Amino acid sequence: MSTRDWPLWEVFVRARRGLSHVHSGSLHAPDAEMALRNARDLYTRRGEGVSIWVVRASDIEASTPDERDPFFDPAADKIYRHPTFYEVPEGVEHL
Amino acid sequence: MYGNDFGSDQAADQHVPAPDEQAFAALLADEGRVEPRDDMPGAYRKSLVRQIAQHAHSEIIGMQPEGNWISRAPSLRRKAILMAKVQDEAGHGLYLYAAAETLGVDRADLVDQLHSGRQKYSSIFNYPTLTWADVGAIGWLVDGAAITNQVPLCRCSYGPYARAMVRVCKEESFHQRQGFEILHTLSHGTSEQKAMAQDAVNRYWWPSLMMFGPPDDDSPNSAQSMAWGIKRFSNDELRQRFVDMTVPQSEALGLTLPDPDLRWNEERAHYEYGAIDFTELFEVIKGNGPCNAERMAHKRRAHAEGAWVREAADAYAAKQARRTESVA
Repeated sequence: MSTRDWPLWEVFVRARRGLSHVHSGSLHAPDAEMALRNARDLYTRRGEGVSIWVVRASDIEASTPDERDPFFDPAADKIYRHPTFYEVPEGVEHL
Repeated sequence: MYGNDFGSDQAADQHVPAPDEQAFAALLADEGRVEPRDDMPGAYRKSLVRQIAQHAHSEIIGMQPEGNWISRAPSLRRKAILMAKVQDEAGHGLYLYAAAETLGVDRADLVDQLHSGRQKYSSIFNYPTLTWADVGAIGWLVDGAAITNQVPLCRCSYGPYARAMVRVCKEESFHQRQGFEILHTLSHGTSEQKAMAQDAVNRYWWPSLMMFGPPDDDSPNSAQSMAWGIKRFSNDELRQRFVDMTVPQSEALGLTLPDPDLRWNEERAHYEYGAIDFTELFEVIKGNGPCNAERMAHKRRAHAEGAWVREAADAYAAKQARRTESVA
């Protein structure tokens, strides 16, 4: 057996309380416990985090770049979802 | 890492043939960044794998010359710092292997290719660290040159590589400062200590300049690499930037750089430096440097001797998985 067989884990780190976990990178590890320990050593050597998630890369489902345009198209023509779409009369404040 | 794109394995197998150069040029122009599952020309992918793998190997082999001095560091403070630095190099190697893996290669295969000599690492690590001052010279000059090379890579067109380099560059600045501090301490110590610092700088100056690669008119891959947005500045531009940055620092150290032709050119507003003997660089690349054989032998041995750790981790993971299953 060798590391050739170890699965890939994606690492998410919460930099400090009040912030979300953000993707930091990935690593190979035989199990979740080792993945967490390795993630601590690899991605938080300088106090970059207060909490870590590790997720098997194979468990993540993602949209594909090929269908990027059709997939996100529905949002493209709805500019009325942005506040800048609306006209506000001169002098009206706090709106 | 840094955004592996998480398609099924099937999607990877059915990877459509690379797009034509025009479509890819348009993607580069529109988006500026290429992400893992974007269509990219085979040559772009291949060139990136080669460069990122070589970069990763360099970080890993680069642990050796400095690791050589951990047990003999002159104080506990220096020892703790050096261990942290060597640990960083291991981390940098891992970030980079992960970035390479987003291009569809396996880390284990890359490591095999290093062990069998099919892939290279930076020639600078084939020079020995004869004295403690060499650890200072490596931090100041070798890491200084590396940073000069790497800062523009933070804007490289391939997203995962660029993101890895942002992290690496943040960490490298401590490396360069610790090297400078070692030399500064030595050069303000006894005359023997100062001579030791000067000797280290004398030996590491020219190899550091060679880290930027051959001169522009003899660097066949540079133009393509720049067109693809992998490389942002030419070898000679980066080398000049490094010299301009380093000469004033050498004055602050009270050490001289071993180049009688080194002088400020008022008109160009740059330092001029003497001709570099690239035959030496090519000899080292070919495997005839002072430590090539030793570095590779050590790397292969360390990998083989670590096999039991990997096996134990596998066995433990398998046992835990069985227990979880039987409870469920």
